[in-house]
Amino acid sequence: MPPALTRFAWATALATLGLIALGGLVTSHGVGMAVPDWPTTYGYNMFLFPISQWVGGVFYEHTHRLYASLVGLLTLILAVWLQWRSPSRTLSRWGWVALGLVVLQGVLGGLRVNLMMDSLGIGHAALAQAFLVLLVLLAVATTQRWQRWCESGPSVDPAVGRWVLGTTLLIFVQLVLGASMRHQHAGLAIPDFPLAYGGIWPPTDAAFLDRINALRSDVRDFHPITAAHVHLHMAHRLLGIVLVGLVAMAAMKLRRGFRGSNGLRGLAYLWKGLIAVQVLLGASTVWFNKAADVATAHVVVGAACLAVGAIGSALCVVAARRGTLADGRKVGSPVLSRAGARSDAAVPSAG
Amino acid sequence: MTHTLKVLAGALIVASVATAQAGDITGKVTLKGTPPAEKALPLDPACGKLWPNEKPKTRFFVTGADNGLAEVLVYLKGGDLKPDAAAKPALLDQKGCEYVPHILGLQTGQKLIVRNSDPVLHNVHGTPKINKEFNLAQMAGGKDIERTFESSEVFVRMKCDVHVWMFSYVGVLPHSYHAVTDKDGNFKISGVPAGKYTLVAAHRKSHGSEEKALTQEITVGDAAVSANFTVEVAAAQ
Ligand SMILES: [Cu+2]
Repeated sequence: MPPALTRFAWATALATLGLIALGGLVTSHGVGMAVPDWPTTYGYNMFLFPISQWVGGVFYEHTHRLYASLVGLLTLILAVWLQWRSPSRTLSRWGWVALGLVVLQGVLGGLRVNLMMDSLGIGHAALAQAFLVLLVLLAVATTQRWQRWCESGPSVDPAVGRWVLGTTLLIFVQLVLGASMRHQHAGLAIPDFPLAYGGIWPPTDAAFLDRINALRSDVRDFHPITAAHVHLHMAHRLLGIVLVGLVAMAAMKLRRGFRGSNGLRGLAYLWKGLIAVQVLLGASTVWFNKAADVATAHVVVGAACLAVGAIGSALCVVAARRGTLADGRKVGSPVLSRAGARSDAAVPSAG
Repeated sequence: MTHTLKVLAGALIVASVATAQAGDITGKVTLKGTPPAEKALPLDPACGKLWPNEKPKTRFFVTGADNGLAEVLVYLKGGDLKPDAAAKPALLDQKGCEYVPHILGLQTGQKLIVRNSDPVLHNVHGTPKINKEFNLAQMAGGKDIERTFESSEVFVRMKCDVHVWMFSYVGVLPHSYHAVTDKDGNFKISGVPAGKYTLVAAHRKSHGSEEKALTQEITVGDAAVSANFTVEVAAAQ
């Protein structure tokens, strides 16, 4: 695999994280509908829309669309490059899957505008995270370290893999919960943290909701807060607490499982560090009343937590498979063998 | 002082009733309690330039003389009220990155003209729940947008997503017997056919929709009818 291809794959993954940031800004500013048409922009070909008109919310939405086109182009180049230079047929196949996903993602974003369906924004946000994971794993799979890992890396107890993969999947669930909160367009459902409306669990009776809605005076016209919004917000907080514990456990198991590997130790610390920052950003999102920059940083770091978890999972799955094979036992749990089959797909064929 | 005010207010009501005729419904909507302070709108530079002096604020509770509450939609329900086929188009202007007026009464099928008087573009995004949603581009100097609404709906929100502080509400009613209170909370509905009706006063921030609006039963006969409402600000926790 040419080193330039590896660098390009990482650049594409990083660009995707940037795209998630721009998309996050669109939703944080509440301007997803500021350009009422798609794929055109105010009737113009989007690449010819005059800069003088990039005002207010149009600025965020339009730059998001332009930058998304760039990421689409990068993904196309990556897919072609993998097809041409990757020794693994499976890897080049995943390159085309990535291209399919980014096209689907663009269309989903366009439909959210043209069909005026806020709820499609949740799918758009979730698919963005899945796409990032795929690009990060593609980038990992193009590295020499990954090849060495597959050929002669350490082995590990499948239980470690279960912890890391399970935690990563729960992070994805948490990101979908977060996206669902953001796409209600109802502002902050609970204005205080760590308490909720001054208590451990907030009331959600009709009289209470009527009062808080009447007393709100946001400059934006948010939808009224409903009991479902409050419950969604509380679920996100609770899962956040659970995830802090799970990531701490999974990171510890990673370090202990791969005693000899400096890289894995670094990854485990990075994961824990990101989660700590993420908790602080989550709290700040409440404290700063969903200020657009803080809320968007919360989205971006959330995506980074998922990506790091995905890398850890991929490494574990390969090492766990080797561990079980070496032990002469049957290949691990159903979860692992399924996931194993997928990561196996990225293993370059020997010779 | 309060006494003098009451006498004055009474005199004003009597005076207004005196000029009213049979089939007229007049009255005043008063706000009780202290609403949260209105916030300055976070205008972007392009819109800020259109307000060289005082900057506009939110319009949740706009009050005038004697706590009169402006921008309350008052309308009749019940009876056999027919739409006014000759109703002229209503105008919703975009001026200084604000919708003018903030609250507008409209009849089903009546033409709504949305104009852009600003040197910047807007998107005109109607987000009704019963009628059909729409989101239309309107460049600076672009031509007027015309819409009609098929079903009655209180309120239909109009918003601009380019300028997120920019929104207004249209109350769509199946007839023309509606009014929006003026800066001092006064309203007048004229030419109402004799009969029994429910008079509804809907304040966007306090009531949101028709279900929570204030109502009173009235009978329109030989004399003018006077009806007042009091909107209470929700008590803080
Ligand atoms: Cu606007």
